[in-house]
Amino acid sequence: MKSALPRWVDFALIPLLNLALAFFVAGLVVLVIGENPIEAMRLLLVGSLGSSYGIGYTLYYATTFVFTGLSVAIAYHAGLFNIGAEGQAQLGGLGVALVCLALPWPAWWLALPVAILGAGLFGAAWAAIPAYLQAKRGSHVVITTIMFNFIASALIVYLLVNVLKVPGSMAPETAGFPPGTFLPTMQEMLGRVGVSVSKTPLNLSGILALVAAFLTWVLIWRTRLGYEIRAFGHSEPAAVYAGISPVKITMVAMLLSGAMAGMMGLNVVMGFQHRLVLDYVAGAGFVGIAVSLMGRSHPVGVVLAAILFGMLYQGGAELAFDMPSISRDMIVVIQALVILFTGALENLVRLPVQRLFLRRRAA
Amino acid sequence: MDLETILQLAGASLRLATPLLLACLAGLYSERAGIFDIGLEGKMLAAAFAAGAVAAVTGSAWIGLLAGIAASVCLALIHGLASITLKGNQLISGVAINFLASGLTALIGQNWFGMGGQTPQLQASQRFLGISWPFVDRLASVPLLGPLYRHVISGHNLLVYGALAAVPLTWWVLYRTRFGLRLRAVGENPAAVDTAGVSVVRLRYGAVVIAGVLCGLAGAYLSTAMAAGFNREMTAGKGFIALAALIFAKWRPWPALGACLLFGALEAIGIRYQAITIPGVGVVPVQLMQALPYILTVVILAGFVGKAIPPRAGGRPYVKER
Repeated sequence: MKSALPRWVDFALIPLLNLALAFFVAGLVVLVIGENPIEAMRLLLVGSLGSSYGIGYTLYYATTFVFTGLSVAIAYHAGLFNIGAEGQAQLGGLGVALVCLALPWPAWWLALPVAILGAGLFGAAWAAIPAYLQAKRGSHVVITTIMFNFIASALIVYLLVNVLKVPGSMAPETAGFPPGTFLPTMQEMLGRVGVSVSKTPLNLSGILALVAAFLTWVLIWRTRLGYEIRAFGHSEPAAVYAGISPVKITMVAMLLSGAMAGMMGLNVVMGFQHRLVLDYVAGAGFVGIAVSLMGRSHPVGVVLAAILFGMLYQGGAELAFDMPSISRDMIVVIQALVILFTGALENLVRLPVQRLFLRRRAA
Repeated sequence: MDLETILQLAGASLRLATPLLLACLAGLYSERAGIFDIGLEGKMLAAAFAAGAVAAVTGSAWIGLLAGIAASVCLALIHGLASITLKGNQLISGVAINFLASGLTALIGQNWFGMGGQTPQLQASQRFLGISWPFVDRLASVPLLGPLYRHVISGHNLLVYGALAAVPLTWWVLYRTRFGLRLRAVGENPAAVDTAGVSVVRLRYGAVVIAGVLCGLAGAYLSTAMAAGFNREMTAGKGFIALAALIFAKWRPWPALGACLLFGALEAIGIRYQAITIPGVGVVPVQLMQALPYILTVVILAGFVGKAIPPRAGGRPYVKER
């Protein structure tokens, strides 16, 4: 049923039509609220791309969403729906914080490899139990990862309030990291080659996100493991018949997925906030679901979708400032509509398009 | 802890368990018919908002309740369209519904009332209030029975009793009626139901709409009975606890009541005592109490305490043989 369509229809036309539908409905919501959707769109574009300040913030948010989007995408290739990126990212942030606070790091390039390890290990660890239960016990990974999101948030609150808080301070957050761990900002990096941009949270992690996307592509489409993951995702019985171990693939895919979600901590915790605060993830793990669905679980698609969501987050903040009746919650609505139209209601577009193409071919 | 405190806690548990129970039964109908529903949270939230807002505007808790049910059923129909008619992914649809409710309630609430997403405070006459049963004061002096009657049996609002009544009703519908038999069959083996000449689509839509109505009641309870108005994100994960209770109960009505009462009791204890000291163990942090329903569910799912097996056709769209 799937192969009946040319690739460009499957990977470009249908997602774009779905996206257009989502934004059309979002426009209707804006109309109902009593604002002009075209004007809102203009403000959103200017706010997100109209200045180096806006672009910096857009790409900073996009960096986070690349990591969480890749996380959901990797699991999706193995036929697993990881709703747990949110909790895995919480733990990844904890891993980054523990690494940064452990030693008086003299330079960021010494701290970074260890922090990557910390983020990855902690994120993967949080995915390990749901993965094991899915692989060995057949407990649905969706349910267990939902549960683990809540357990993670309770755990982090406990740790920040009772263990990691600075004595005497009221704020539930860790101590500030030593300056030696601060990742270079894009402003510093571009300043060194003579380009001047506004100061934004965008930092080295933006480049790491692109590297992660490339490595994910290599893994999924250019390695034996990636082949096994995709085969397992397409058809479990066929994969088992081909000698692929379901337990191994489920574990590996979920661990990689969790580790990737944890990497988000590099961008936000190590690159910008320089301390672990309460709920630093703030829903980014769930945005990853929308990003992965929109990007068709392909790294290039994920990067593009992440930039779009970065624009929504940054532009939406500016929009809420200029049009107070459209609060930042509009972003959540658009996110929901994107998930709905590109994910759940995908066949709304796919079936008619398919019929059209089959008829043309028959003619 | 004296008897009076224990009975007060029991009453509070019952009130806190009510929204869980209604949502849990909603999930029960839907999932027994083969439609996974992780959108319980979103449907409850939308209903809580609609009920709170409409009750404030019209001044009637009952019209608010109807509005809550309508909002929840709308979302349920989107879920039905996605997962039954369009044969889409039920889990993704549930996620989308949760976000849709979260975003829309805050956006519309702010736009409508301009109170940071809250709805106006409801007067006593615009809410479902506790009903004091007869002879509460006269029985007060009777040991055990008096306080039991006052704190646990009497004094709740209509929706609490309604939720409790829904448990035997659900049991009867599922196990003693033709509709219930078919509903359970469609969740196990839809092809067989189809072969028998019964419409799979209609049965599943029926289950999804029932789930919508029950989530509507649960949401309305939150904003017009338990609290006096809607707050942003006021469901605060209750839909997921209900989902946990459903698994804990292995998709059966009476155990669902037990699981919801257990989770309600955990919440009541957590609200009353910030930290609990267990002799020989030490202080139990409040966060552990909050996480306990989820941890217990994972333990159940792990199969250490009896295996939880979901309905066999759950989550898979039914494609008619051609």
